[in-house]
Amino acid sequence: MPGLEDLYREIVLDHYRNPRNRGELPCPPATRAEGFNPLCGDEVVVYTDLADGVVRDVRVGGQGCSISQSTASMMSVAVKGRSLEEVEKLERSFKAMMSIVTDGGEVAPPVDLGDLEALRGVVKFPVRIKCATLCWNTLTESLRDQP
Amino acid sequence: MSDLAAATKTHFPLLARDVYGKQIVYLDSAATSQKPQVVLDAMDAYYRTANANVHRGAYHIADIATQAMEEARAKLQHFIGAASPREIIFCRNATEAVNLVAHSWGRSNLREGDAVLLTHMEHHANIVPWHMLAAERGIELRWLPLDDDGRLDLRHLDRLLDGVRLVAFSAMSNVLGTIPPIRRIADAAHERGAVVLLDGAQYVPHVPTDVTELGCDFLAFSGHKMCGPTGIGVLWGREKLLEAMPPFMGGGEMILNVTTEGFLPNELPWKFEAGTPAIAEVVGLGAAVDYLRGIGMEAVRRHDTSLTAYALRTLTERHGDVLTIHGPPEPAARGGVLSFEYGDVHAHDISQVLDTHAVCVRAGHHCAKPLMRCLGVVATARASVYIYNDTADIDQLSEALDRVGDLFGPQ
Ligand SMILES: Cc1ncc(COP(=O)(O)O)c(C=O)c1O
Repeated sequence: MPGLEDLYREIVLDHYRNPRNRGELPCPPATRAEGFNPLCGDEVVVYTDLADGVVRDVRVGGQGCSISQSTASMMSVAVKGRSLEEVEKLERSFKAMMSIVTDGGEVAPPVDLGDLEALRGVVKFPVRIKCATLCWNTLTESLRDQP
Repeated sequence: MSDLAAATKTHFPLLARDVYGKQIVYLDSAATSQKPQVVLDAMDAYYRTANANVHRGAYHIADIATQAMEEARAKLQHFIGAASPREIIFCRNATEAVNLVAHSWGRSNLREGDAVLLTHMEHHANIVPWHMLAAERGIELRWLPLDDDGRLDLRHLDRLLDGVRLVAFSAMSNVLGTIPPIRRIADAAHERGAVVLLDGAQYVPHVPTDVTELGCDFLAFSGHKMCGPTGIGVLWGREKLLEAMPPFMGGGEMILNVTTEGFLPNELPWKFEAGTPAIAEVVGLGAAVDYLRGIGMEAVRRHDTSLTAYALRTLTERHGDVLTIHGPPEPAARGGVLSFEYGDVHAHDISQVLDTHAVCVRAGHHCAKPLMRCLGVVATARASVYIYNDTADIDQLSEALDRVGDLFGPQ
């Protein structure tokens, strides 16, 4: 049995208890997207403010389990101030860590995932992978909806 | 109370297994029950000795298979006090049974402006088919609300029934365990000329059921929650209503005659059973009914109620204010379904921790999102009991909940 400590690392619990970039952004100029995990009812709301191809600001709302909410918090820290290209690389390499092969199937670029590395253990708990990827899919959607 | 479980636990092979080296504590029977050896044996024996398609062969084993299927139908008829085996329609599950009513009765009886009354505690199986019909036919959906203890609030029943053609509600909530005053609602509906569909998915496996006493017109339930296999369920309907309804699906088995010009539907119940049925599953469900009748449904209900009382008492005593259990506080007003919150720990995290102690509970919205919204939550953890659970299972749950507190408690 994979141990709970693989899943609930201290950093993960810290982001869960003290979520970063929590809140909303005025839309427009920001855009807002909502994601649902039909399995457990988790909801994530992502606001992004994009200018000149750079994520200038990001805010996260919603409610859900420790994994979905802490991932959203870590993701917000990781993507803030990054270019779209960098964000896409982050997402691909995060999903690769969750053993999800993204379009094209090529190996994900080696990127420093920062705190997100602490979620590596999630892959040992297959039903929780959806919790960890929910916010990434929502982020992609909010970036796609940029004017 | 534990006497029943002491006897029955050994009847269920799965309950002998361990999980991560610990004896399994299965507390998710509201999702699906475990299966006793007698059910597995009946299905196995059917395949080994009588497997043939039903209602069409003139040879010996085809006859045996057909008889086995029709005997099972009679068992189900008696199990729910139906007047005739023609009123027992086999379908895949409760979901398909509700869809059958929506599709066949609904489309031939509901017109734009007609209303269907549901409740806030329905499973999606008894919501979405009506949404689909509403979109197609312009019917209006109305909702009976709940009070603070998770009971149906019937104060405005009369007003809500105005213009209603169908009342469709759950005889036992799969989230709160609430058993509503079924007869009272059915009588009120009938006074207004409305038809009553009961979702018995949780009720029929746990409470002695007699359709005459309940006063409903349709009853939907699933075999897999009552010791039977998956893939088989029942729609019971009053013969008069079923007679007047058009077929649901078309194909073999459901016809008397087919020409290039058209078809003549078969008699009840086969009119609603298109295609080769789930024969082995029907046989398994028949064996499950025998098994439950052997125990006695009164004994099942007594066991559930006293174990629920024990769970409500023990969990509340041990975990105090950290634990909130939804639904009516009196065990007599509910089934053995306990949805709970543990502090502000998300249900998914609760069940993850409990899993490491081999305690199986469900986490999520339990296919009842409108109810989740009424409760003001996105998800709950849910423990549910059946004939094989005992006080030791509840104690194990209670102890494992302490570990949730250790991990997620205030730091
Ligand atoms: C109250 C209620 N209605 C309907 C259903 C649907 O049952 P099935 O999935 O077997 O069709 C369930 C099962 O979860 C239920 O609890």
